[in-house]
Amino acid sequence: MSAVLPAPLATTAPTPAGPWRRAWRKLRRRRGALVGLAVVLAFVAMALFSPWIAPQDPIATSWSAIRQAPSAEHWFGTDEIGRDVFSRVIWGTRASLLAGVVSVTISLLLGVPIGLAAGFIGGWVDGIISRITDAFLACPFLILAIALAAFLGPSLTNAMIAIGVSATPIFVRLTRAQVINVKVEDFIEAARAVGNPPLRIALRHVLPNIAAPVVVQATLAIASAVIAEASLSFLGLGQQPPAPSWGSMLNTAKNFIDNAPWMAVWPGLSIFGLVLSFNLLGDGLRDALDPRQR
Amino acid sequence: MKLSARLLCSALLLALAPFATQAQTLRVGLAEDPDVLDPSLARSFVGRVVFSALCDKLFDIDEKLAIQPQLATGYEWSADSKTLTLKLRQGVTFHDGEKFDAAAVKFNIERHKTMPGSNRRGELAPVASVDVVDTNTVKLNLAAPFSPLLAQLADRAGMMVSPKAAQAAGDKFGLKPVCSGPFKFVERVAQDRIVLERYPQYWNAAAIHFDKLVYTPIPDATVRLSNLKAGQLDFIERVASSDIAKLQSDKKLKTSRITEIGYQGITINIGKSEKAKQNPLGRDARVREAFELSLDRTGLAQVVMDKEATVGNQWVAPTNAYYAKNVPVPKRDIARAKQLLKEAGVPNPSFTLVAPTTSDAQRLALVVQAMTREAGFDVKIQAAEFATSLNMADKGDYEAYILAWSGRADPDGNLFSFHGCKQPLNYTGYCDAETDKLLNQSRELRDPAERKKVFDQIAARVMKERPVIYLYHRNWLWAYTARLSGVREIPDGLLRVTGLKLAS
Amino acid sequence: MFDFFIKRVATIVPTLVFVSMLIFGLQQLLPGDPAMILAGEDQDPTVVAYLRTKLHLDEPLPVRYAYWVGGVLRGDLGESVRSQEPVLHLVMQKLPVTVELALLAFVIALVIGIPAGVVSAVGRGTAWDYVANVFALWGISTPNFWLGILMIMLFSVQLGWLPASGYVSPFEELGANLAAMIMPAFVLGNAIAAVLMRHTRSAMLQVMSADYVRTARAKGLNERTVVLKHALRNALTPIITLGALELGTLLSGAVLTEQVFTIPGFGKLIVDSVFNRDYAVVQGVVLVTATAYIVLNLLADMAYFLVNPRLRS
Repeated sequence: MSAVLPAPLATTAPTPAGPWRRAWRKLRRRRGALVGLAVVLAFVAMALFSPWIAPQDPIATSWSAIRQAPSAEHWFGTDEIGRDVFSRVIWGTRASLLAGVVSVTISLLLGVPIGLAAGFIGGWVDGIISRITDAFLACPFLILAIALAAFLGPSLTNAMIAIGVSATPIFVRLTRAQVINVKVEDFIEAARAVGNPPLRIALRHVLPNIAAPVVVQATLAIASAVIAEASLSFLGLGQQPPAPSWGSMLNTAKNFIDNAPWMAVWPGLSIFGLVLSFNLLGDGLRDALDPRQR
Repeated sequence: MKLSARLLCSALLLALAPFATQAQTLRVGLAEDPDVLDPSLARSFVGRVVFSALCDKLFDIDEKLAIQPQLATGYEWSADSKTLTLKLRQGVTFHDGEKFDAAAVKFNIERHKTMPGSNRRGELAPVASVDVVDTNTVKLNLAAPFSPLLAQLADRAGMMVSPKAAQAAGDKFGLKPVCSGPFKFVERVAQDRIVLERYPQYWNAAAIHFDKLVYTPIPDATVRLSNLKAGQLDFIERVASSDIAKLQSDKKLKTSRITEIGYQGITINIGKSEKAKQNPLGRDARVREAFELSLDRTGLAQVVMDKEATVGNQWVAPTNAYYAKNVPVPKRDIARAKQLLKEAGVPNPSFTLVAPTTSDAQRLALVVQAMTREAGFDVKIQAAEFATSLNMADKGDYEAYILAWSGRADPDGNLFSFHGCKQPLNYTGYCDAETDKLLNQSRELRDPAERKKVFDQIAARVMKERPVIYLYHRNWLWAYTARLSGVREIPDGLLRVTGLKLAS
Repeated sequence: MFDFFIKRVATIVPTLVFVSMLIFGLQQLLPGDPAMILAGEDQDPTVVAYLRTKLHLDEPLPVRYAYWVGGVLRGDLGESVRSQEPVLHLVMQKLPVTVELALLAFVIALVIGIPAGVVSAVGRGTAWDYVANVFALWGISTPNFWLGILMIMLFSVQLGWLPASGYVSPFEELGANLAAMIMPAFVLGNAIAAVLMRHTRSAMLQVMSADYVRTARAKGLNERTVVLKHALRNALTPIITLGALELGTLLSGAVLTEQVFTIPGFGKLIVDSVFNRDYAVVQGVVLVTATAYIVLNLLADMAYFLVNPRLRS
């Protein structure tokens, strides 16, 4: 018998990867998420290399070229004081990317731990946190953001802080609700029974399981943050002129929608593109972090 | 079968007949929601639009800014200019039926002067007392001659409310105003609408062709215009300058352009606070002159306002009778500007220009920044919402500030509060004893020619220091349905309802 | 369950107290002197001084807070300094408008969002998934005022199907009311539909791979029952949380949407009052909307119990 012997079994056992490593591996396999990641990285590159990519000075005005339609010289046309829209869209990536990402990062860094604490510890700690969170949530988001931004002073940085802090209560609430839901699951009971300290349970067992809605909300929040920055800059509290941001470009464009629609189309599409790619990425992350999925 | 159908049709027609002659309503779109509708307490421009239909005044102004009779049919100054005798119109009643007479005028003037929170107190300050001579004649006694008084009486200070209603309502009068204009108050829903209906006993009822007036505040200019185009409004004020050109070719709409009596300018801190001395712009008049010379006003009017503005360099437009021809609008001169900066020792001055968040002001700031760069200026822009910027101006916590003024019929209204020492609207800190003397003099003289001579002198003095760089006078831009006729284009930007007709 | 209910109701009071302190404090953070802004164009010094006294602006913060709270407990929310209308009157006028808009928008959001989320999750990876996703994301990445202006231009100016503005009370004329509200409700609901859709999808995906779903399938139940009865029910938790949050947001008014469609609700009133430093109006309105929001949250908490039996233990 010329039986082909099976290849010898590998002698080393595969290293047991932690939930985070597994997640990364799963992420790599999802196509949609990779596309999202690629686009996000493209935007980041656009932001970092704007001085070299933008064909013209984004703040150079030109009286003779006001509100011109797209042409060979100005690919996206010009705006209300003759600036090149294409260059402004490229340069605007920085402000919008920062506005979206930094604000949401602040919200996550503040909101998730607080929510975890509230949900996990329970009792009077939960009571106080919940009451204060409810109070914040009861105030209109825009009012909170305006008050904070006005207090801190008009600048992009302060606008990001204001938006981030104002959006924190949503994450607190969401995290807390998820934690409470998951707390009663069997595997948490099991982890506790085995003798894991609460912090380890929180980080290793609870967090990956509640990550899904938080990640989804975070990616959605990026969209609202970019638009919130627009509202704030409209009120003089965000990115100061003449530096561009997609949101403030949209704001100005709405006054010229009849005679210069190109002023709105490109910043609008850029915001859409950014939001879409973050959401694709977020989807991938969500799937990757779900321990129940292959 | 056919007979009953015909009967049914006739019955329907008969039932609907009364509705054939529908009440005519004029729907006006405003750019803001007016504040309180009490002539003594009112403080906004847009409130005056509603007042022009609701509350008659002693006088009105016409297209040439000349005083016209309204509730007062004539006036006479005493020889020493310290007494103004007014002859009042007879047969006028307030919306509640009360008679309008000299006693009512006395009551109103005193109310304007003494009501807590009254914004007319300063406007009528020179009026020391009011005497009722007879039912149709009243005498205003002044502490000192004050020629702008007639112009004041052609505005809110001359609006007359029903004494009975005012006394009954106290400070809540503004919620249900009772005046003597062609339309009386029906209802108001904050930020939604103000509804007025025709007052049948109006003294000039023949000239009123509407039964109802509805004012709707719509702050966004694009939305306001869309409403007009969609047929939901008949008239809108403050059309965006970028939209007006296209409307010319729309057969269903008509437009009006009126040069305002106000202005748009840049206010500079030259002495309001310590900040003035810390910045070359505030310290040195040469730097300010260089700044002015590096501006191309025609270019500004073109780029910022789509040419819907008249270039100027004073508090009144060059077309105004009181414009000082001895201080003409300077042409752009970069070479001279650079030379001045060299002389002043600051070839690249840097300062922060505060710009309110209206779209016009933001554009203006950007264009000014670009224009002055050529002469070496480094202008930083700080956008500020109105309340914050006002506070900054009042405290002197700024270097330069884009500020517009809605304007008053008498040039004194554009001048005194701004350039008089320590006056409420003097944000620049300009204070010159000789200018103050001239300002007071201009108030005391009655002859326009003599006043003009004084204004010329004031212009020369003030413009040398350049506390305010006046840029241009914007056009009031109105758009309305082509069916509307009788629109009077008066430079204060307020729609008059007398003579307005809407063809069906 | 009853105990829980009582305990939750009892928490309304401290929350409201926090809200009152928060909104009062926020107003004070705003730079600028309210007396100056409210004194209008002419800036008459006597008027400014009069307003400072009337608004107790020279007195220390806790004293002013006490004045306000005292008034509230007596049923007096103060009056708008700008228009002199009593705040309570303004609230009563605008509450029904905002509530109607919020409810309509929410219904639209539910009707669009949840089915879209389910479809997207069930048909994950297929064309349906991508279409639903793109639609949802477009909904939240387009600012409200944009969509609003575009809709007015299309439906009111070009086609003339719907009015560009003009709120009519539903009790006066239901048809006209709905015609005026449908566009703003869609604009608002659209954005929330996106949020609901994303969360429904995510939660459904998470739940669909759970053991009890596999069991249900193994039992031979048809797919529809599996999806609707077992999966969706458990996916509802985050959806309810967010639903309550979003409805609360709607109640405080969608400022820009209201502005574009000239709907006289809370949103526009609040923001205008912030910029006019009309403190009493902001404080009064936010207190009212906060109360409504808190009540909604109470209902949401109750709903958790209905949906997730394990929490009852």
